[in-house]
Amino acid sequence: MLLGPSLFVSAVLFTLGVAGVLLRRNAIVIFMCVELMLNAVNLTFIALAQTLGVAGQIFVFFVMAVAAAEAAVGLAIILAIYRHRATLNLERINLLKG
Amino acid sequence: MPVTLVLFWTFAAIAVGSALLCITRRSAVASALWLVVTLFQIAALFVLLDAQFLAVLQVLVYAGAIMVLFLFVIMLLNLGRATASDIKGPTGLAIATLLAGVMGLQLFVLARAAPPADLALPAGGLEAAQRAQGMVAMVARPLFDTYLVPFEITSVLLLAAIVGAVVLAKRHL
Repeated sequence: MLLGPSLFVSAVLFTLGVAGVLLRRNAIVIFMCVELMLNAVNLTFIALAQTLGVAGQIFVFFVMAVAAAEAAVGLAIILAIYRHRATLNLERINLLKG
Repeated sequence: MPVTLVLFWTFAAIAVGSALLCITRRSAVASALWLVVTLFQIAALFVLLDAQFLAVLQVLVYAGAIMVLFLFVIMLLNLGRATASDIKGPTGLAIATLLAGVMGLQLFVLARAAPPADLALPAGGLEAAQRAQGMVAMVARPLFDTYLVPFEITSVLLLAAIVGAVVLAKRHL
């Protein structure tokens, strides 16, 4: 059975996504790391669908739809930020910092 | 070792390796392209896990549409050149390693937990359903039956996202 190895790989990929979010300063790269985390979760869903039934695969379908919507809105926000501040370095976008 | 397992670990190793390259390359374009490699490997893992239809969707939607959108924005903002400030310094690296390490440890403990046996399908249950109904129908039938309301809500969500993206991308916000 591939359940154990799949959960292991998906844990590794999710951890790499978290590390990327914490390590990078560029808003677009951080956004790509979030996509990596979503994919790790999708892998978990599909691995568990093999033993627990097809509902897991349908959840992956919904995750993909939400990810597509999120990418469209997120990239539009990134474009708007770049137009206002001329940078995507998140350490310089600190309007809310006390 | 059965051939499925060999293939699985090959794809998994490439996926993890290119994910590592994705988070360590300074150039945003290089990061995006390594992420595409990871997404393709995950699609291959989907095939090995009896989810052929979703593997196709993964390639079409993720590696195709979403990553092209990312590359398009990178090109539009002219971010192709790598800048030295893109990756945090040693302090940031230490914090990231520590926090991601704790997170990873928790996930590894979680991954060892087995799903309750009384919920599990009989061995090879998904494969049997696939043979009986076909690869696409196995996913499509519950999607338009049990999960019809969430499916319709998804279409509203996508419409809202389109409108939001258009409004946000207007020149004068």
